[in-house]
Amino acid sequence: MDGIMTTTHAVEVRNVFKNYGDVEALHDLSLDFPKGELTSLLGPSGCGKTTLLKIIAGLLPATSGEVFVNGETVTGPGPDRAFVFQDFALLPWASVLRNVAFGLELRNVPKSEREAKAEKYIADVGLKGFEHKYPHQLSGGMRQRVGLARALSVDAQVLLMDEPFSAVDEQTRRKFQEDLLDLVQNENKTFIFVTHSIEEAVYVSDQIALLLPRPSRVSEIIRPGGFRHKDPDSIRRDSEYLDIVDDIWKSLRTYVE
Amino acid sequence: MFLRYRPLLLKILSTVLIFGAWEIAGRAGVSFAFPTFLESMAALWGLTVEGTIFTAYAETLKPLAVGIVISAFIGIGLGVWIGLSRKFDWLVSPIFIVMQSAPLAALIPLLIMVYGIGLTSKVFVVCIMAMPVIVLNTAGAVRNTPVHLIEMGQSFLGTRRDIILKIIMPSASPIIFAGLRLGVSAGFIGAILAELKITPTGVGDIITYSRSIADYPNMYAAIFSIIVFAVLFLNFVERIENFLFKGNNKELVSD
Repeated sequence: MDGIMTTTHAVEVRNVFKNYGDVEALHDLSLDFPKGELTSLLGPSGCGKTTLLKIIAGLLPATSGEVFVNGETVTGPGPDRAFVFQDFALLPWASVLRNVAFGLELRNVPKSEREAKAEKYIADVGLKGFEHKYPHQLSGGMRQRVGLARALSVDAQVLLMDEPFSAVDEQTRRKFQEDLLDLVQNENKTFIFVTHSIEEAVYVSDQIALLLPRPSRVSEIIRPGGFRHKDPDSIRRDSEYLDIVDDIWKSLRTYVE
Repeated sequence: MFLRYRPLLLKILSTVLIFGAWEIAGRAGVSFAFPTFLESMAALWGLTVEGTIFTAYAETLKPLAVGIVISAFIGIGLGVWIGLSRKFDWLVSPIFIVMQSAPLAALIPLLIMVYGIGLTSKVFVVCIMAMPVIVLNTAGAVRNTPVHLIEMGQSFLGTRRDIILKIIMPSASPIIFAGLRLGVSAGFIGAILAELKITPTGVGDIITYSRSIADYPNMYAAIFSIIVFAVLFLNFVERIENFLFKGNNKELVSD
């Protein structure tokens, strides 16, 4: 691995195959994720985007091929990656505080230290005052903020997000997307973001990997660039934004029954 | 004001209705072996004042307590193991499924032959009644731990031990406790059955003896006291459960 590669790409996926019995879920997939950027995995359902994310997370083994995070081969979950789950994956019996601190608890960080850290991230995601509530007392959007705070608190370089906004309502989703843009700018982290929403992918991504199904492969890599530094409201009216959304829909529509 | 106390009032009303019906049926003379509610309560008072009922319960609770403690520890242990391991599940689950459906009364002569008429046999009867439901509930609860919670534990670097102790066990514990509650009530049946079928001791002795001398109010008093005791005890178990798993009971918690 040469120096340039390791400094520019936080995650590299090389010739990954994944079979479930006879079904080939991923076929010879290679993809680079530039450091400090947000890359979306976009595609119709069944295209293996969540499978790919779980292989990067180390939750699923690849049938063959390799994944590197900062130049090191992935053999399982590691401290360099944190996961944000689609259905939040919060412990229902634990308070917001314990849920956010849970990643640190599993790393054996002392209680006072991890709670101090958790409190900081709870405030960062806008849940100050809810530390001692339980997940069932929160709305869907607030629960996902807890999931996000948990992932941020372990301070991993790579954040893996599996359709994190799909289970929240439309208004909350828009707010989340705007917040995510701030997060990418302010935190020096690499984001890998799975979504099935074309608009969402184009709105938040520095790079979009368009995956096509049966078997899954990367069909196209798109880098929306021109509107990235505009203010959040005008992005959705930007002509480049609209064109990219249109182009992606054209390539995807043949795969939608 | 009325609304706040409505659940309580309805409970009192339902109690009064049932005891009223009992009293009326007793007075109407359904059978000479069916005393009225008031006669039975008077008999219960008599037993309490004499202290008979306390010595009886001390005797009855022995096999019950020993049996429940054994069933709880071994049952939850086995259940967790079954829930975690497919192979162990195939090996052990059938035993408990058979045990649960076997007619216990038919096995009692066998138990007496092997273990005699002492405490051991009675403890066995309680265990046979209580253990299957505890094992099967625990196994089911462990097996049905939400996959995304386990994946969360793995992705945040939890060890196998962490995942079992901090995710699987707390997630399964409400259903384990429900199984424990069912196990305790089955254990009650077992304990009384043992006293009626093996050797009459404790509460079973009061029932058998009162029946043999046709002292029906005393017999009904004993039966009534078992029911009340079982209900109170199960309520107590539920209280512990609610106290332990505050976040888990979403809202509706009955008493």
